[in-house]
Amino acid sequence: MAKEMLKGNNAIAEAAVRAGLEAYFGYPITPQTELLEYLSKRLVELNRVFLQAESEVAAINMVYGAACAGARVMTSSSSPGISLMQEGLSYIAGSELPVVIVDIMRGGPGLGNILPSQGDYFQVTRSAGHGDFHPIVLAPSSVQEAIDFTILAFELAEKYRHMVLLAADGQIGQMMEPAELPPMRPLMEKRPDWALTGAGDRPPNIISSIFLVAEEMENYNKMIQNKLKVIRANEQRWDEIYTEDIDLLVVGYGTAGRIALTAVEEAREEGMKVGLLRPQTLYPFPDDRISELADYVDSVLVVEMNAGQMLDDVRLAVGGQVPVSFFGRMGGVVPMPDEIYNAIKEAYTKTTAHKAA
Amino acid sequence: MIESFLFSGFGGQGVMFAGQLLAYAGMDTGLETTWIPSYGPEMRGGTAHCFVVLSDKPIGSPLVRNPKTALVFNNPSFEKYDPLIKTGGLLIVNSSMIVQSSNRTDITTLNIPATSLADELGSLRVANLIMLGAMLAANHIIRPEDLKQALADHIPAHHTDMLGMNYAAVDLGMEHAVQVLAR
Amino acid sequence: MESTTSIIPPEGMQLVYERPKALVDVHTHYCPGCTHGVAHRLLAEAIDELGVREKTILVAPVGCSVFAYAYFNTDGCEAAHGRAPAMATGIKRIDPSRVVVTYQGDGDLAAIGTAEIIHAAARGECITTLFINNAIYGMTGGQMAPTTLLGQKTKSSPMGRDAKIAGLPIRMSEVLATLPGSAYIVRRSLHDVNNIRKAKKAIVTALKAQINGLGFSMVELLSSCPTNWGIPADKALEWVEENMVPYYPLGDYKVIEAVKSL
Ligand SMILES: Cc1ncc(C[n+]2csc(CCOP(=O)(O)OP(=O)(O)O)c2C)c(N)n1
Ligand code: SF4
Repeated sequence: MAKEMLKGNNAIAEAAVRAGLEAYFGYPITPQTELLEYLSKRLVELNRVFLQAESEVAAINMVYGAACAGARVMTSSSSPGISLMQEGLSYIAGSELPVVIVDIMRGGPGLGNILPSQGDYFQVTRSAGHGDFHPIVLAPSSVQEAIDFTILAFELAEKYRHMVLLAADGQIGQMMEPAELPPMRPLMEKRPDWALTGAGDRPPNIISSIFLVAEEMENYNKMIQNKLKVIRANEQRWDEIYTEDIDLLVVGYGTAGRIALTAVEEAREEGMKVGLLRPQTLYPFPDDRISELADYVDSVLVVEMNAGQMLDDVRLAVGGQVPVSFFGRMGGVVPMPDEIYNAIKEAYTKTTAHKAA
Repeated sequence: MIESFLFSGFGGQGVMFAGQLLAYAGMDTGLETTWIPSYGPEMRGGTAHCFVVLSDKPIGSPLVRNPKTALVFNNPSFEKYDPLIKTGGLLIVNSSMIVQSSNRTDITTLNIPATSLADELGSLRVANLIMLGAMLAANHIIRPEDLKQALADHIPAHHTDMLGMNYAAVDLGMEHAVQVLAR
Repeated sequence: MESTTSIIPPEGMQLVYERPKALVDVHTHYCPGCTHGVAHRLLAEAIDELGVREKTILVAPVGCSVFAYAYFNTDGCEAAHGRAPAMATGIKRIDPSRVVVTYQGDGDLAAIGTAEIIHAAARGECITTLFINNAIYGMTGGQMAPTTLLGQKTKSSPMGRDAKIAGLPIRMSEVLATLPGSAYIVRRSLHDVNNIRKAKKAIVTALKAQINGLGFSMVELLSSCPTNWGIPADKALEWVEENMVPYYPLGDYKVIEAVKSL
């Protein structure tokens, strides 16, 4: 199929439709609303399920219900709406259901603003509401990746029977870029065995997140932890460029990652030995590769649109082998390439001075 | 090669569409392309802008602090972006709407009375295409025929009857700019 | 926001119409022809008339009126989307001598905040709510609201609201009137001068009900959103009268005896 100029939000919506999305429940919130608006037309035309819920609380619980019924289902929102969904997310986590959630992040905390931000990194990677759980988190940095990761999100959700979050920011949601959509996939043909379809002549299927006996709750947790171990071993994804023979490694994802690329290229033109690693999965975090690179770079610079959240994960991966510094803008301010360039230059100068000494 | 463009004006002056058109033409001629708008309630009645980047390499940042080319449609846009244009860059001013003119000597400025010209052509709505046409006379990254093709491909269905006038607007903008440049 | 100059009457002339003391002298961010401005003025006039500006606390919603607190010369705060009645409850319980007002749109009050408004009314919480029903989500750019009329086209009901998909529009005044804790629940409209006058009277009564500790009070105001309805301001007022009033009849849905004798 040929490339078209596509807006991030619309591209994600259409990609979901083509991935065989059967039902969508959501609530308007900027900068995500085009996604809901697009599906209000597209899904209705296709005779699939679209419903504007009365709130994000309702939307996520509708998703919970549809997932119990075995549907390929999705919701989308932006930061404050994702906060409101936390309870539902925890129940879904406690019920081992495959769902896809799109978060088009905006400035916070509080009502904040509608501008691009990466302030939800902790909110999306550390848990899903209360309890021990991590969703798989995909972080696109372009409209094409937003499309590809939407498809991947449904695949991973169903492969692992696990929650998958697509975490993009307002810039990716709002920008247009040439991108290619995949062909239309058919809807799921058969409901999964565990789905609630009416017992018929099989034993009843029950989906519940309550385990009153501590050991049973622990066993469920162990099962989830084992699954997460497999996910960590198999699903770390990242993109890297110019990472051979460098002194400074820049790490950034999503919008911050692609802006950092411009800055890295400028720095390389100035003769600095700098490269970029762009995590594509925030959970599982690409620890293995970062830890490997930390063996031979002299320092690492983390770039984010927040106060330094992924920074923790990078530090854990680097394990104290080399210094890790940080550059971030907050509150909806998108860094310009020259700011990141300056941060690179500073980190680089420090590193090389240190090396010389 | 990397070219950055800013379009800025009041909501309703067609700045978003003009930017998209350039982006479409860029994509159709095989360039990497990004288009990013300002968005949200601050646009209500106020100034809206978009950035377009065209490049032969993958584009990192779709936002630019110092655009090479700026097309400004109203006074607030002129005031904000005139100082920001990159040295050696190009500023296209809709002089029907903007009374000031640039004092910068390190950029090329084209004052185009786009709104009056559009009025003469028969519709105020094509001022954006006159500005775009003027830009093509000074920045040759996109050929006029490619822009016109993009227009034909992407004009909203309910405006297809305006296509002829839109072509004329692009041509008029170019002609006018050529005259201004010759002076 | 720039300041506008206040009016100084020419010599020998009397000033008969003034900016209410409870309204700050600034330009609002509302679109031309939006009735949020009218509703603001009425609330401010009512506050002035009752002399309660100094002890009024305004809880602003999430919606186009998100900055309402900036336009009133009173203390104010900003609730999470839909939660104004709960936040107002917290404020009122700490100091019942204060006059606590929530100002909420239809998405805020009748969608995401349904639980909060119902329970504030059920508890007979002594707060006053101004409910701006414009049948759409204004702030987010024109999606369907719970009060959107059947067949009405919005950004998220592009083929027109279909009862099979989105159900039927909610009449909130009627719903809240059924709750034992509500003292004064009325619906008015802002589409013409006559109705605007009636709306003002109702707001005064609602505040009085609160001040006298009689229970929960709400004035629903049928309002316009020319921007997201995509019609000119004057036509939008006609649209309120022709389309909204028939589905949302104006009138008093609950006036308890104690309020009648105020
Ligand atoms: C939790 C959460 N969800 C969604 C939003 C986005 N949002 C802001 S205002 C609004 C609806 C506003 O509509 P309404 O209450 O009818 O007021 P109006 O703008 O029409 O005055 C929504 C959905 C938000 N701010 N917070
Ligand atoms: S969008 Fe509608 S409700 Fe909001 S300020 Fe404009 S006219 Fe008023």
